[in-house]
Amino acid sequence: MYLDHAATTVVRAEALAAFTTASHVTGNAASMHAAGRHARRLLEDARESIAASLGCRADEVVLTSGGTEADTLAVQGVFRARHRADPRRRRILLSAVEHPAVRNAAETLVVEGAEVVVLPVDSGGRVDVGATAQRILADGGPATIALLGCMWANNEVGTIQPIAELGGLAAQYRVPMHVDAVQAATTIPVSAHQAGVTTMAISGHKVGAPIGVGVLTVRAGTDLVAPTPGGGQESGRRGGTVSVALALALAGALRTTVATRADEGARLGRLRADLIDGLLRGCPGAHLSGAGDPRHNLPSIAHLTFPGCDSEDLLLLLDRLAIAASTGSACRSGVHDPSPVLQAMRQPEDHARGAVRFSLGHTTTRADIDAVVRAMPGVVVQARAARRAHASAELVGTR
Amino acid sequence: MRVMAAMSGGVDSAVAAARAVDAGHDVTGVHLALSRAEAGGGRARARGCCSVADAHDARRAADALDIPFYVWDLAERFATDVIDDFADAYAAGRTPNPCIRCNERIKFSALLDRAVALGFEALVTGHYARRTVEADGPALHRATDAAKDQSYVLSTVRRDRLAMAMFPLGDADSKADVRAEADRRGLSVAAKPDSHDICFIPDGHTAGWLSRRHGAAPGPIVDTSGAEVGRHDGSYRFTIGQRRGLALDRPAPDGRPRYVLAIRPVDRTVVVGDRDASATTELRATSPSWLADVPSVGQQVSVQMRAHGTAVPAVVDDVAGEYVVVRTSTSLRAIAAGQTLAIYLDDRVLGGATLT
Repeated sequence: MYLDHAATTVVRAEALAAFTTASHVTGNAASMHAAGRHARRLLEDARESIAASLGCRADEVVLTSGGTEADTLAVQGVFRARHRADPRRRRILLSAVEHPAVRNAAETLVVEGAEVVVLPVDSGGRVDVGATAQRILADGGPATIALLGCMWANNEVGTIQPIAELGGLAAQYRVPMHVDAVQAATTIPVSAHQAGVTTMAISGHKVGAPIGVGVLTVRAGTDLVAPTPGGGQESGRRGGTVSVALALALAGALRTTVATRADEGARLGRLRADLIDGLLRGCPGAHLSGAGDPRHNLPSIAHLTFPGCDSEDLLLLLDRLAIAASTGSACRSGVHDPSPVLQAMRQPEDHARGAVRFSLGHTTTRADIDAVVRAMPGVVVQARAARRAHASAELVGTR
Repeated sequence: MRVMAAMSGGVDSAVAAARAVDAGHDVTGVHLALSRAEAGGGRARARGCCSVADAHDARRAADALDIPFYVWDLAERFATDVIDDFADAYAAGRTPNPCIRCNERIKFSALLDRAVALGFEALVTGHYARRTVEADGPALHRATDAAKDQSYVLSTVRRDRLAMAMFPLGDADSKADVRAEADRRGLSVAAKPDSHDICFIPDGHTAGWLSRRHGAAPGPIVDTSGAEVGRHDGSYRFTIGQRRGLALDRPAPDGRPRYVLAIRPVDRTVVVGDRDASATTELRATSPSWLADVPSVGQQVSVQMRAHGTAVPAVVDDVAGEYVVVRTSTSLRAIAAGQTLAIYLDDRVLGGATLT
């Protein structure tokens, strides 16, 4: 049972077919000869298709190696362009629950004069629009803002952010806004031309393309300083030879994703509801994180906490039953850090300790959900015993 | 059996896990992250048994064996039960053995308890020691390879925990054989150097580590008559029997080398003198932990006080719940309080206690 689609999902057949077919084509899309022209034609076909899927123009599509690079390009590229044009623009306003790809890209700019301002979220992980407006107006106001950033939906708990309202603020105060739509794009409608949105990041492998390709959409007229200028590919916005095969795979994956998204979102929403219902009934004390109202949460992510358990023990026991899940937060060399997302949501530390993220995707079936609902009560009982053994060993050990 | 293999990233624990797989067990590997400070520090720290690079090596060995693998963060427990204990012991004038504490309180306590609660029936480690079941229950014996024998560092493990231990390398003929086996199995750690240092002091400079931890606490170095013969920066830097690094102002009247005979943290005094002045045949130790029936007074045993020390014949002089006294057949020098006294009957470990 693979319930970690938010980490990476199963490659879609049409993406794999496009990738393998195009991999037989020799040619660098930047070359002048016939082989190059052929590759370039395929690349531009892919770009137009991607643009159509994301609701923007083809020349607004910048192909990258993935979501992280797209986020980095947006944050560093927009900051540097705007800060150089006007050094007063130093503030980067980011939601407290941004993905590390965005957060860490912004942190690298502190040495260049950036000041990262955190936008608070409520206990459901949703950005406070009123507080965001206050932060925009504070401290010199919009003239000191280099960039506003907020993800479309959170990768860990699945909360959908008020992008329309935040975009409205960005448009009203004429500040650029970057949206990380990496998790959202799979199951809810996203648009690069959403009012107020300047740049939007997409990751191929979350929508069924192979790992190694992503997109940053960049509104026409936006200045970017490319972190990787290279040979000026992608209109000077991202250097390096573009993978035609991966671009075609992403185009295919996005076409299917968009065509099936409404039905798939509804289907996964029902499965998610049943999963949550079954787990809350079967595991007393368990509770759901994220937006309480399912309309404000991705249908693909169910983040639950099982008090008295350690996530690591829960995941080990699930792994033993061939159920793949995760905590959804970063780990270093296999050791989990306390989740900044749950901290921002002011969840007690003990909650984060027993957290598991189940994430659903296009191959998820009702049988998968039923298996998890059946397995979890026993897993929780055993994980609680493990944590108790742990705690009593602490008493014995410290003398 | 469903077993958990502790995998340090070294060659021994990798081969031990491999042998457990061969024996038909359902093996899961676990690496203990014992020091968080250097997580994310890349391969900067190549030695010791708990670095990020070691976690990687352990993971690759588990991959080669095709077994599940996890990293468990026991850094907090390690900091209190092993590192603090180590620093406190030196501050109190005792000489600790952190590897013994780690086996007793981390590997065969925190790790094993958690593993058992998660449904594992045994803990596999790469120790060179043999566990058997005798008429009186589980027993610990020296390894087949006397040169690699590690039964000493397991002597204070509780007996109910020993019952769940598996030491697949106990009958290995030599470390060279184990390395050759690792190579045959395609384990990339086959040629990895052994770790000799204390894992949380990777530069091997214990005195420097203790100085940073405790700060300067200067005091006198005196001879057995009480005359000051030098100064020191902290009595915690010394261990009984130490000869080097004393930097004495005055030579001994008889010109013979002088050794640390006593450490008195209360008045920050280190006493030095002729090695023979410390000679004794009576060894007293506290908090014994038995891996057999408690030996009776008068029983002939042998005792060992260092990981790679030789065993000395002895007789049990007195024993009670909280202490044990043995008398050795030959007089011993430089007995350091805090070290573990392991008591053997032939090759079998009867138990361990802390020298006072």
